[in-house]
Amino acid sequence: MNRNKEQGFFASLASNPSTNEFVKGLWKDNPVYVQVLGMCPVLAVSNTAENALAMGLATTFVLLMSNILVSLLRKVIPKQVRIASYILIIATFVTMTDYAIQAISVELHNSLGAFISLIVVNCLILSRAEAFASKNGIGKSILDALGMGFGFVFALFCLGAVREVLGSGSLFNIHLFPEGFQPWVVMILPAGGFFTLALWLLFFNLLKRRKTT
Amino acid sequence: MNEVKDTQATSSQKMLFTMGGIGIFCALLIVLTYEGTLPRVLRLKAEALEKAILNVVPGTKQTVAYSLVDGNLVQGDQESELIYAGYDDAGRLVGIAIQGEGQGYADKIKVLYGYSPEKQTVIGFQVLETKETPGLGDKIAKDENFLNNFQALDVSLNSDQSGLANEVVTVKFGNKKNPWEVDGITGATISSRAVGSIIDESASRWAPIIQGQLEQLQNQASNE
Repeated sequence: MNRNKEQGFFASLASNPSTNEFVKGLWKDNPVYVQVLGMCPVLAVSNTAENALAMGLATTFVLLMSNILVSLLRKVIPKQVRIASYILIIATFVTMTDYAIQAISVELHNSLGAFISLIVVNCLILSRAEAFASKNGIGKSILDALGMGFGFVFALFCLGAVREVLGSGSLFNIHLFPEGFQPWVVMILPAGGFFTLALWLLFFNLLKRRKTT
Repeated sequence: MNEVKDTQATSSQKMLFTMGGIGIFCALLIVLTYEGTLPRVLRLKAEALEKAILNVVPGTKQTVAYSLVDGNLVQGDQESELIYAGYDDAGRLVGIAIQGEGQGYADKIKVLYGYSPEKQTVIGFQVLETKETPGLGDKIAKDENFLNNFQALDVSLNSDQSGLANEVVTVKFGNKKNPWEVDGITGATISSRAVGSIIDESASRWAPIIQGQLEQLQNQASNE
């Protein structure tokens, strides 16, 4: 594992090896803003804060469970069939999540639609299984999954909140603006997703640059 | 990635066993989750439909499902097209909830609407499933002016009881003149037209059947 020298905000936490696995996903290696992984669900279901949270939590659950299983089986799975095994494991947990969300709320399931099943091909999960869980013990893998997962939730929520506030004039379906506010329809359309993502990426890169100079 | 030395090549048997083992374990997990969530999923879906029926046929206290078998309405779920008759406290037929679907702008639109055989009008409307563009086409589910169209939309039968007297059409917003016209939505032209034609198609098929077998539907509650 390459552990870069930390600077700034999370430096003290990150210098501790056990908490670093958790913190790196939240900030330094944030899956969306730094690694730019899993863009398809990021752009597609971040049109409201609620959808973004649900999608983020579903992905976190799948990430956590598959990291645990991959880490447990890392000595059993032959190298030649590891990717196929990972996909099998990930697909199982995605199917379970799909049923669970259906049981929680039909409405939520309708609004997330096909993107639940598409968690299977979210490269974030496969990349954590391949790059981390298959080489590290279960404790570290859990921390890594939780860090990456919450980093993903955080990023999705930032996007979803901005898009919902501007695009529908509300947050979690609570109206924020007076009657006369004309919602920016473009923000809930796919194009709005790109705009918002670009602005957040710009913001995070500025922060990073300020820290390094 | 550090390259693992392939000194002892993994036998295909081991690969097979590992994949098979993982497969069986995963299948078990999926079946358990499916079985565990199924009752609740079915209950939620039934509840959602029940709510929709109450919404489109106001005043319903009890619903009975009918399916169409060889042109006759038969009580119960026969795995075919279903309509839901709603009765009030006194067992009087209030209206019938009918599902309709048709091509919208993005994908199929599924709607549920209430038909009052007495008034020969549509008395309620709800979109069940839509993938129309958020903010534009999906106004068919939310826009109040649009939904007000379906509180008394005329779908009376023609003189020989074979179809509707007037075709249900969607007109440009603000141009509604007749009770069988639907006031469209600016910015959701295709979606609102689609809703008009879904109702037209479905009503011209179901209204004659319902009117022809109205007695059976009305007497239903007293049989029980």
